[in-house]
Amino acid sequence: MSDDLYREYILDHYKNPRNFGRLEHATISHEEGNPLCGDVVGIDILLDKDNNVADVKFHGRGCAISQASASILTEKIKGMNIEQVKAITKDDLLEELGIEVSATRLKCALLSLKVLKAGIYGISTWPDEEEE
Amino acid sequence: MKQNAQTPTGLDVYKIRQDFPIFSRKLKNGKPVAYLDSAATSQRPRQVVEAMEKYFFECNANIHRGVYQISEEATAAYESARQKVAKFINAQSSREIIFTRNATEAINLVAYTWGRQNISQGDLIVLTIMEHHSNIVPWQILAKEKGARIEYVDIDEKGYLRLDQYTNLLQQAPKLVSFTHVSNVLGTINPVKQMVKQAKEAGATVLVDAAQSAPHMAVDVQDIGCDFLAISGHKMLGPTGIGCLYGKRELLEQMPPFLGGGDMILKVTLNGASWNELPWKYEAGTPAIAEAIGLGAAIDYLNRIGMENIHAHEKMITEYALEALSEIDNLTIYGPPLSDRSGVISVTIPGVHPHDLATIVDRDGIALRAGHHCCMPLMDRLDIAATARISFYMYTIPEEIDRFVESLKKAKEIFEK
Repeated sequence: MSDDLYREYILDHYKNPRNFGRLEHATISHEEGNPLCGDVVGIDILLDKDNNVADVKFHGRGCAISQASASILTEKIKGMNIEQVKAITKDDLLEELGIEVSATRLKCALLSLKVLKAGIYGISTWPDEEEE
Repeated sequence: MKQNAQTPTGLDVYKIRQDFPIFSRKLKNGKPVAYLDSAATSQRPRQVVEAMEKYFFECNANIHRGVYQISEEATAAYESARQKVAKFINAQSSREIIFTRNATEAINLVAYTWGRQNISQGDLIVLTIMEHHSNIVPWQILAKEKGARIEYVDIDEKGYLRLDQYTNLLQQAPKLVSFTHVSNVLGTINPVKQMVKQAKEAGATVLVDAAQSAPHMAVDVQDIGCDFLAISGHKMLGPTGIGCLYGKRELLEQMPPFLGGGDMILKVTLNGASWNELPWKYEAGTPAIAEAIGLGAAIDYLNRIGMENIHAHEKMITEYALEALSEIDNLTIYGPPLSDRSGVISVTIPGVHPHDLATIVDRDGIALRAGHHCCMPLMDRLDIAATARISFYMYTIPEEIDRFVESLKKAKEIFEK
């Protein structure tokens, strides 16, 4: 059975999430929920002295889109400098996911990025968030 | 695919569907919508929209104060809608029917008027764990303001209210008891008459949330015996933006007004105002005239079909769906057996998040609801984040259930492979 949204790549990350768990000595730790469907994503980041992502873990529960997105995002940022992480846009993540999501499901797909940015900036919205 | 169940209910559902233009529409995938979300909002028949159009195109004017013909016609149409509501729920007088925006506003009206007048520090308010947020949050706001406390009646494993616990709570002499007639998640039909009787004997004022019952079964406020009852127009074929509060006349007379403004006054001076008589005391400002008229037309439509027929048809569809779903492995169905269940079925499948399920079935043209259904405390109680919910109405056909079941199997395959 093939499905353009729930394709192998997404389902694989959903069923076998990468970097799943918690970091004990995280430099940045942040968690948020999506009230629409009760998705929760939390991300712990350990930065080294040069502000590179030495390690990253995520935890949470929710739909395949939100959890796969978190898994994919943690893979992407591992090793990156914090400035590069800050520069990741919504479109970057959506491109990485390789799926087209409807307006309601966009919140699921982007929850992990929201958590990441909010954790880094220490705010619940990040500078380039626009009205929907 | 199962063979189509006949409708032994005297209700020609295929003919009824012709009154709902939305069922002739083809979605992006070329299929018609299988609309299984009537607990969120019902579809609207042509007759309702035409009644509203008639107001807009033939007698569009503000009501109550115009002395010209079209204003008088508009006033008559608006007030006739009120009488239809009164008759529909068997209120003693149409003065006991207050038009609101929705059931939520109806409950808030009681919280902000009766509640502020009658609830004091330390008073007890009894609610249930299966309430919609609209029957929790207004009371939480009130309780916080007044220093009152709230207790919630729990459910048992089958999705029934724990009436033993309810009885015990009533012994603590609550000032207010407020509960839903039908759960929008579990489909449980609560024994309202018995519960109201007990609450009245305990000296409480009682509000019944009929948003999920009035569209689907005969609701008789005098038989139920409640003090207040809240209704939602858009869940019973009417338009959005209109709901009703029923209140016993003596209570409505004693309560202070809700919103201040035009139409709710008798006389205004620079030093104060006196209030209009019922029901207009609670209807400040220009109301939703077209929407009230639309609700009146919806009630005409429901009466023509017959609430008993509607209830019987939904029961047949619910039975059909429960049977089809019971054949699917690894599926949890919430709520009580058919005998005490309205046309609402919530399910979960391990490994398939309800939102993913909703997205997959959406591609097959099936409209269902996934989420907490504005019942987060109930979700916490059931220890789940969300359910996928299908809900029915007089126009639901077995073919739509078949389409849902097929699509559900597909979703399971995608996630279980």
